[in-house]
Amino acid sequence: MSPQKRVKDSKAQKRTSQGSDSYQTNFVALEEENLNDSKCSLKHGQDNPMKDYGHVDDEAEDDLKRAMRYFEKGPVKTSQMKDKTLEKHFRTVENVAWKSGLAPEGIDILLNVALSGKFGNAVNTRILKCMIPATLVSEDSVVKAISWLCVGKCSGSTKVLFYRWLVAMFDFIDHKEQINLLYGFFFASLQDDALCPYVCHLLYLLTKKENVKPFRVRKLLSLQAKMGMQPHLQALLSLYKFFAPTLISVSLPARKKIYFKNSDNLWKTALLALRQRNQGPPPEPVKLMLGPANVRPLKRKWNSYSVIPVLNSSSYSKEYGKKGMALSDYLSSNGSFPLEQLKSFPQLLKNIHCLELPSQMGAVLNNSLLLHYINCVKDESVLLRLYHWLSQTLQEECIWYKVNNYEHGKEFASFLDTIIRAQCFLQEGFYSCETFLYKSLPLWDGLCCRSQFLQLVSWIPFSSFSEMKPLLFDHLAQLFFTSTIYFKCSVLQTLRELLQNWLLWLSTDIHMKPVMDSPLESTLSGSMNSVSELIHYVGWLSTTAVRLESNNTFLLHFILDFYEKVCDVYINYNLPLVILFPPGIFYPTLLSLDSSILNQLCYIMHRYRKNLTAAKKNEFIQKTKLQFRFSTKTYQEFNHYLMVMVGCLWTSRPFQKGLYIDHEVLEKAGVVEYKSSLNLVHHPALLSYAVSFLLQECPEERVSMSSIRGKKWNWYLDYLFSEGLQGLQLFIKSSIHRSSVPTDQRA
Amino acid sequence: MDSDDTAESTLRHRTSSRLQDCCIGATPLQKRIESVRKQVSFVPTPPRRKIPQCSQLQEDNDPQKVAFILHKQWTLYSLTPLYKFSYTNLKEYSRLLSAFIAAEKQKGLAVEVGEDVSVKVTFSTLLGMKGTQRDSEAFLVQILSKSQLPSENREQKVLWTGWFCCVFGDSLLETIPEDFTCVPLFLANGAETNTALVGTWFQKTFDCHFSPLAINAFNLSWMAAMWTACKMDQYMAATELLWSVPCSPQSLDISYAIHPEDAKALWDSVHKTPGEVTQEEVDLFMDCLYSHFHRHFKIHLSATRLVRVSTSVASVHTDGKIKILCHKYLIGVLAYLTELAIFQID
Repeated sequence: MSPQKRVKDSKAQKRTSQGSDSYQTNFVALEEENLNDSKCSLKHGQDNPMKDYGHVDDEAEDDLKRAMRYFEKGPVKTSQMKDKTLEKHFRTVENVAWKSGLAPEGIDILLNVALSGKFGNAVNTRILKCMIPATLVSEDSVVKAISWLCVGKCSGSTKVLFYRWLVAMFDFIDHKEQINLLYGFFFASLQDDALCPYVCHLLYLLTKKENVKPFRVRKLLSLQAKMGMQPHLQALLSLYKFFAPTLISVSLPARKKIYFKNSDNLWKTALLALRQRNQGPPPEPVKLMLGPANVRPLKRKWNSYSVIPVLNSSSYSKEYGKKGMALSDYLSSNGSFPLEQLKSFPQLLKNIHCLELPSQMGAVLNNSLLLHYINCVKDESVLLRLYHWLSQTLQEECIWYKVNNYEHGKEFASFLDTIIRAQCFLQEGFYSCETFLYKSLPLWDGLCCRSQFLQLVSWIPFSSFSEMKPLLFDHLAQLFFTSTIYFKCSVLQTLRELLQNWLLWLSTDIHMKPVMDSPLESTLSGSMNSVSELIHYVGWLSTTAVRLESNNTFLLHFILDFYEKVCDVYINYNLPLVILFPPGIFYPTLLSLDSSILNQLCYIMHRYRKNLTAAKKNEFIQKTKLQFRFSTKTYQEFNHYLMVMVGCLWTSRPFQKGLYIDHEVLEKAGVVEYKSSLNLVHHPALLSYAVSFLLQECPEERVSMSSIRGKKWNWYLDYLFSEGLQGLQLFIKSSIHRSSVPTDQRA
Repeated sequence: MDSDDTAESTLRHRTSSRLQDCCIGATPLQKRIESVRKQVSFVPTPPRRKIPQCSQLQEDNDPQKVAFILHKQWTLYSLTPLYKFSYTNLKEYSRLLSAFIAAEKQKGLAVEVGEDVSVKVTFSTLLGMKGTQRDSEAFLVQILSKSQLPSENREQKVLWTGWFCCVFGDSLLETIPEDFTCVPLFLANGAETNTALVGTWFQKTFDCHFSPLAINAFNLSWMAAMWTACKMDQYMAATELLWSVPCSPQSLDISYAIHPEDAKALWDSVHKTPGEVTQEEVDLFMDCLYSHFHRHFKIHLSATRLVRVSTSVASVHTDGKIKILCHKYLIGVLAYLTELAIFQID
């Protein structure tokens, strides 16, 4: 605040304080105050254009103005309305106070109100509690408030609260000379037993060398004699002893820890916000500023604050290296950029060559800018430092490593969340997490931190599946088979994400290097092998799960979701890989009772067809690069599935090839006429559609199912498509020539 | 800030570098992951080890310092490699660590007036405390109390001692680049608050991580066997094994003391391969002890938990406390502890 303005402010305050007799003056003063208020705030919210600010907050300011006037006027006697209005105004003031703080003038008025005893005790307390300055508290207001204390209009508890407030806000008072002149007054208040600790604290903050006088020392000593060794008195005494060692001959226990009771806890969060306001805008990357920051009171004697170390630049270790540093090193490090100043991405780009790295690499987890840096840094030692720290911390924090130690479960989960967020941000898994999974999966119960644990699985960096299988996926399979269907579904989802991450990684890889050198070829085919092994593994899991859960629809959905990824690998990721689902998946889905499963199956078949035809086309064009020709077996498999589907759904000639069922068996089962029973009309998943279609067509008549044929068959198809069976539509469009109306519909 | 764009560009960059890694397959990180995979997939410990021998290098070590290390109880920690640690800066480290400890001790105090730093920290190397020439030099850190009176200056009381070493740490050294110093084993003696202070300083300064090193029953029985196998000129203490039975309200401890010569005789009867100890031999040795105990007391010790092993070579507790008694096999004991520490930090 500029000195000029302060003069104006204090004038305004004087008028307000005097003006309780005149309504008019008050109003003017308040007008002015609001003006100042907005100016004040403007100074700090630098980015806001001036006009906008005014408009937006107009209404709120009016409310605040009215509330202030209300408080200043004192309680209204007509009690009916009183409580309601009081409450309303309180809310206005509190809102503003906690949101953006009160201007110095507002504080001035409210202090006046609270300490003058116009309202009752409860109101005073509430006012004091919401006295959070927007920027500063003016010294004048404090002095005036203290003068109220002399009048004796406020209760003891209000006084205590006031002193606590004063101590909490001490750093935000703009000047302290006047207050220091009142030292004697404060000192006299030490007499009051209730006030004593708080006054001590205030004096402790206020004392200068010239305040230490023999008579005060005597007084303090006599107080100590009376009340015993009180920590607050001792604190003050030792401060006195520091300023004037000759005056105090008593020995004070130097080793004893002397604390003041934390008196600012009422306003702690508000003060944090206040500090930030005063120090300008907060650092930009709030997005990843997530960690459990400084909330970790107990436990851990070593790393007292949080699992993740605090960000400090490594000037520390640089200092040591100095002696042995070569000249060139010295020159290059000279202009290094301290991390604490790193606030924005452009800054990072500008200084990326001379960034001082954190002294503890683990700190990057909480800082998105540094994650960017980590992502592109070539220096292996940086990654190794992170690797070691993260591996050890995961191992130490992991709750199922310790017997019966589940109390820190939440902490561990939130730590894992932080890691996962960092991984998502980088779009890449950490190696440490991979090793952690290897070590901890065999001990995992499948419950603890399940979602986090599975997410870690989905971010395993791409590598050889066959190498990882015994370490990880075999254990996972054991859990999978022995757990509930929900666990099975979430594992399948995880594996789908894993597949997606691997595919993304591989596809960007290949784009990077379009020229295929010989070592790369082998790498690529190796990579494809690894992916196909993963897909086969999931196929095996799914087949068994379908049997275990007796064709559960919910489970089938998750399985088909996985295959929706698989069928599109060639087109979506431009990777030479088409793998079909195993029969153990295909048949249960084809015969499912649920239309959405059938629909999804149709969609997947349609996409397989697209991918295979695209692959074939490319093979034709690029005859030279044929190292990834798909085996004819894949095409045969697909054609077989296709024939089965068309046979069942369309031509009513199911299972012509490859599947033989003894006629006797069918007879026994009473389904000799089975041929049409799986077509689009009779298929158990679609039967209800057929019925409602018929009812819609001719609600009165009794018609048989078999009447859907010829033209009606086409209408029925359109009806099905309109009911949202898009997958079916795509499948029929691409795989069946509709011009030829199905041959066999007599049945 | 358009994080999506940048994320993608960095992703691309990174993948390209990863791709190279794939082809060449030799970055330190890759090597680490390989070694971890190996460790996890095979049985956690190799099925055979050498019986501790007297080391050649041990000849150069300072007998005074060795004597200082023996017969003290040390708490074990594993430690990840120190980043940018330099043996030429030990003096500077002493100064900084002293200042750090003094500052930490005063933290949170409202008043601490006119008091001088009352502690002093010294760093010194422990020559010869290693298995091969490649192993990092061991070093010792001590916190000494500064006496107030100048006349007493000569005699400084040792408040706390800790030392760092690496004995036959090849498996770790192979995968770590030069910027790092590998001293995976840390041993501390003194108040835990001091250990915490020193540890915190090291963690902040060299970006390393300390973890308590507990020793499970499996490794304890290895120690029992290996140390029984050591040839001793004279036995100083009985061989004693301690089992704990978890029962309420108080756990029950079973102590099993054997005359060391009897233990050695038993070992010689199960031992076949000269100079080496194998997993089968360890199992057999322990089984013999179990069956002997069962014959007398009808208690299956194999169903309880081994928590302490004391021999004339050393005495070690499952919660990571060790007392080394025999000078001759010091290096051998440290080699096994280093191995366990490396296993923990991998």
